[in-house]
Amino acid sequence: MSDTNLTPAPIDWMALLPIIGVTATGVIAMIIEMIRPRQTNNAIVWCCLIGLGVSAYFVLANWSRPAEETFGGLFMNDRFGQVTQLLLIGVAFITVLFSEGYLREKRVPFGEYYPLVLWSTVGGMIMVATRDLLILFLGLEVLSIALYVLAGLKSGEKRSQEAALKYFLLGAFASGFMLYGIALIYGATGTTHVTGIGELYALRETLVDRYPFNVLYAGIGMVTVGFAFKAALVPFHMWTPDVYHGAPTSVTGFMAAGSKIAAFAALIRFLDGAMDLSSVWLPVLTVLAVLTMFLGNLVALVQRDAKRILAYSSIAHAGYLLVAVIAYSKAQGMFDVEIGYGTVIYYLLAYGAMTLGSFAVLSLTARGGREGTLLEDFHGLWRRAPFPAAMMLIFMASLAGVPLTGGFVGKLLIFKDAIAVDMLWLALVLAVNSVISVFYYLRIVLAIVVREPDLHPTRFAAVNPGLFAACGICGFLLIWIAVAVDPFMKWISPPEQHAIELRESPPESSVE
Amino acid sequence: MEGIPLAAYLSLGAVMFAIGALGVVIRRNPIVIFMCIELMLNAANLTFLAFARYHETPLSRIIDPNDTYMTGQMAVIFVMAVAAAEVAIGLGIIMAIFRSREEIDVDKLNLLRG
Amino acid sequence: MNPYLPIVLLLVLAAVICTAMVTLSWLLGPKRITPYKSAPYECGVEPVGSARERFPIKFFLVAMLFILFDIEVVFLWSWMAVFRDWTETGHPAAAYSFWAVMVYMFLWFLGDAYVIRSGALDWEVSATLHPAKLGDLAEGPEVSDEPRPVPPSVAPAAAETAGSAT
Repeated sequence: MSDTNLTPAPIDWMALLPIIGVTATGVIAMIIEMIRPRQTNNAIVWCCLIGLGVSAYFVLANWSRPAEETFGGLFMNDRFGQVTQLLLIGVAFITVLFSEGYLREKRVPFGEYYPLVLWSTVGGMIMVATRDLLILFLGLEVLSIALYVLAGLKSGEKRSQEAALKYFLLGAFASGFMLYGIALIYGATGTTHVTGIGELYALRETLVDRYPFNVLYAGIGMVTVGFAFKAALVPFHMWTPDVYHGAPTSVTGFMAAGSKIAAFAALIRFLDGAMDLSSVWLPVLTVLAVLTMFLGNLVALVQRDAKRILAYSSIAHAGYLLVAVIAYSKAQGMFDVEIGYGTVIYYLLAYGAMTLGSFAVLSLTARGGREGTLLEDFHGLWRRAPFPAAMMLIFMASLAGVPLTGGFVGKLLIFKDAIAVDMLWLALVLAVNSVISVFYYLRIVLAIVVREPDLHPTRFAAVNPGLFAACGICGFLLIWIAVAVDPFMKWISPPEQHAIELRESPPESSVE
Repeated sequence: MEGIPLAAYLSLGAVMFAIGALGVVIRRNPIVIFMCIELMLNAANLTFLAFARYHETPLSRIIDPNDTYMTGQMAVIFVMAVAAAEVAIGLGIIMAIFRSREEIDVDKLNLLRG
Repeated sequence: MNPYLPIVLLLVLAAVICTAMVTLSWLLGPKRITPYKSAPYECGVEPVGSARERFPIKFFLVAMLFILFDIEVVFLWSWMAVFRDWTETGHPAAAYSFWAVMVYMFLWFLGDAYVIRSGALDWEVSATLHPAKLGDLAEGPEVSDEPRPVPPSVAPAAAETAGSAT
C-alpha cells in the first residue's frame, strides 16, 4: 500500500451535524444520569428534547445545499436523507415526550432508556443517509442493538425478557444474512458502494463469463432478506407480534415507527443502486407485498390483545409501503411515468404519526407496575381520559384510511402510483385490504368508546402533560398533512437538479 | 498466494455460513444459537477477506484496486466490532433470563403466543 | 519454499512442547493422588452429574467484559500500526487521526465509568431502581398481581362480558 491512499477524505462537518448532535445529546443524557443517579429523569428528558430540537435545526440548516456525497462517498447529503432524518428525529422526540409517565407507571424509569433511544435514532439516521452498504450495515446494527436492550427493559418481567431474546436472536440472524449478501456484492463489484452494482451491469456485454452476476444475484437476494426481516415483511415477520407484544409499550411505538422508517428508506437507497436489475427483484417484492398485506390484515382480525392487533396492523402497513416502493422502482424503468419518492415519505410520516400516537394511548393502561393490553382493558377509556381517546379515534381512522386523515391520503397516493405503473391488480389488493382492516380497527374503537368498564374499574394511569402533547402533535400532523398535501409534497421533493444527481452521480473513488 | 484458489476460501465461507444458518434453525439452546450466528458473521468475514485478497473484478478499471483492498480489510474490523457488541448484549439478555428462571430452552419461552 | 511448511513447523513445535510438559511433570513431579485431583478438569464445573446444569453466571459477565476490551484493542492496534509510521514520516493526517482516536477513547472511558458507577460489575447484585426515580409515584398504590376482586353486585354482568368477549 502506498501511503498517499491513507489520507482521510475531506469531511463535510455541516452535513454530519445532525447525527453528531443526536449522539452528543445521548452522551450528555448519560452523563446527567451518572452525576445524579438517584433522582427523577426530568432533567434527562428535557436535555433529550432540547438536543433533538437542535439536531432538527441542524437538518434544516443543510436544507438548501446541493446534493452531494461527502466522507469519501460514505455519506449522502440530499433531500431524501434530510427528510427521513427529520422523520426519525421526530419519532424520537415524541417517544421521549410520552415515555416518562409510562415508564414510571410501569416501574422501570431507568435513566439508560433515553440515551438508548437517541443512539438507536442515530443508527437509523446513518442508515438513511448513506449509499455504502457497509455503513448501512453499521447503522442497522446501531439501531438494532439499542432496540434489543430496550425491548428487555423490564428485566424482571418474563414477557419482556422473552421479547428481547427473540428479537435479538432473529435480528442477529437477519444481520448475518445481510452481511453475507454485502460480502458477495463486494466480491462481485469490488466496492461496497451501491452504485457499483449499476456499473457492473453496464459492463455486462464485455464480460466473458456470467460468474460475477451469479454472485451479485445471490448477494442482492440475501440483502433483501435482511431488509425483509427488519421491515417485517411476510414470510420474515415471525418476530414482530411477539416482540411488539412483549416489549414495553413506549419501546414498541418507537420500534414500530422508527425502525420501519429507517428500513424502508434504506431499502429505497439500495434498490436505487440495483435499479438496473429490477427485472430480477421486482416480481419477488410484489409477491412479498401481497403476502404481507393479506397475512397482516387477516391475522389481525382474530387477535384479542390491542398491542398484537397493532403489531399485525404494522405488518399490513409494511405491505402498503412496499407497494409504494414497487411503484417507485417500476416507474424508473418507464419513460412516460415520473414517480418520485414523495409517496413513500408521505406514507412513512403518516404511518409514523398514527402508530406512535396509538401506542402512546395504549401506554395509558400501565398502572402500578402492571399493564393490561387486552381489548377488555380499554373499556371505559373514553370516560377516564377523553382527550387521548378522541385522538385515538383519529389514529384509528387514519390507520383504517378514513377520508380527511393522513392515512387516507397516503393510501390514495399509493393507489394512484400503482395504477400509473400498470399494476391495477396490486392497487385493488391494497383497496381490499384496507376494507378488511376497518374491522379490527373498529374493534379497538368499540372497546374504547362504547363498552363500559366492568372488570378493572381503575386501571388507567393519569394523563400526564407529555402524553397529552404527544397525542396532540400526532393528531394534528395527521389532519394537517391531509389538508396541506401539495405544499408538503413540494417541501419534501428535491430541487430539480437534485433528482438528476441522485441517479447519475458517480461513486467517489480514491481521494488523492 | 500461489496454491490456494479463491474458490477454496469462498467454499469454506459458504459452508461455514450454511452450518451457522442451519444451527440457528435446529438448535434449542440460545447460547448455541448465538454461537451459530457468530459463525455466520465470521463466514462473511472470511468472504470479505478472500475477495479483498483477490481484488480483480470486472470493475477494476474504474475503481482503484487499493480501495477495493482496503474496503475488505476495513469491513472485517467493523464486523468484528458489531459482533462484539452483539455478544455483549446477547449475553446480557441471557443473563437476565438466567436470573429469573431455571432454564433457557427456547421451546419453553412460550408466553408470547398468538 | 512450500507455503505449508510454517504450519507444519508450528504443529510439530506445539506437539513437542505439550508432550514435553506432560511427560516432564509426570517424571519429575511428586505423586499424591486426592479425589479432587484425579477428577477430570472441567474448568471449574462439577465433572459428574447432569451436563445440562447452569454455568455460574459470573462466567458470562467475564465473557462480556473480555470481548468488549478485546475488540477495543483490535481498533487501537490497527490504528497504532499506521500511526507509528506516520509520526516518523510526518504524515499530514497524523494529528487528525490522533484526535479521532482520542474521541473514541473518551467515549470508551465514559462508558466504562458509567458501568462502574451503576454497579453493573458487581457480581452479586443486579442493577436496581432507586425509588426516587419514580418521583411522585413512589408512594402510589402498588397494584398486586392478583386480579381485582369483582364486587358481588356487578359479578354477573362481568361474567357475561367475559363470555361474550371470547
